[in-house]
Amino acid sequence: MRLRRGFLLLLKRLLRRRNTKIGIYGAPNAGKTTLANRILHDFLDHGEEMGVVSEIPHETRRAYRKEGILITAKGAKLKVDIVDTPGLATKIDFHDFIPYGLSEEEAKKRAKEATEGVIEAIKWLDDLDGVLLVMDATEDPFTQANIVIIGNLEARDIPFIIVANKMDLENAVPARIKNAFPQHVVVPISALKGENMEKLYEEMARCFR
Amino acid sequence: MRMSGSGEERNIKLDLISEERMASMTSMEKIRFILDGVKLGNIVVLEGGLTPEEQMKLIEMTMSEISEDFTGIEIGSYPLKRGFLRLRRRTRLTIVGPANMMKTIKKDKDLIRAIISIV
Repeated sequence: MRLRRGFLLLLKRLLRRRNTKIGIYGAPNAGKTTLANRILHDFLDHGEEMGVVSEIPHETRRAYRKEGILITAKGAKLKVDIVDTPGLATKIDFHDFIPYGLSEEEAKKRAKEATEGVIEAIKWLDDLDGVLLVMDATEDPFTQANIVIIGNLEARDIPFIIVANKMDLENAVPARIKNAFPQHVVVPISALKGENMEKLYEEMARCFR
Repeated sequence: MRMSGSGEERNIKLDLISEERMASMTSMEKIRFILDGVKLGNIVVLEGGLTPEEQMKLIEMTMSEISEDFTGIEIGSYPLKRGFLRLRRRTRLTIVGPANMMKTIKKDKDLIRAIISIV
């Protein structure tokens, strides 16, 4: 059964004429939109932004797709569509947004949109060819959101790379992520500072081709 | 479980579901059973656990039911165990509770430590 699915996946990739669709997943505030913006800056347009980055959780509440990005790394080329998805969460309480200066009405609206965003992110899994799973390297990686995403990617045979983001911060421990998921490819980066992005692009070209 | 806080005695209800009971339910029945229990303030412990696909479906349904009174769930489960040649997946225990009552404080591949508080 698994061999058959692997064969079908390979056949699908060989026959694919469209761009490879890569989803960016992870918990809220892991740095997904910062990474999407970094990829756009590196390969498309320095002035273009995929989305707004903010310290308030659930800033991205809809999935956004940018088409036709040609990623090059050490001679390898990969044409992709990047899909920046809202952060996956199991709970959303409008009270959590109020300390960031939002009014009660704004906080409720944000919470409602955030729940819809999580559902949208889940639905997008049906249409992806690969995933960048972004984890905050300063946090414990053994969260249920990460475990559920990895379990679903494995079950659907969707190739993925774990991106250990925020390696520029003093308290970042990318090794903790590698130890937690030793069977998967983990690339430490700083999407904000653009550190180690070359290594990530190499892995993307190898893994998603 | 009977607990006391600020002089008033209150209860937290635990639903411990055996693997056999789980096996007789469809995925949708399991998710509905969990959500109904959690929305009543219960902690649901599933001996056989949920598959990652069922957990994703549970998150999706939770999101569609979030309101001012129900802010979501806290869920903890051990990662899957793989069988011979990684062909067979075996789910393990899953615990689900209301987000405003349950908080996971430590988790690794073989341990879930959670605090359950009365609200």
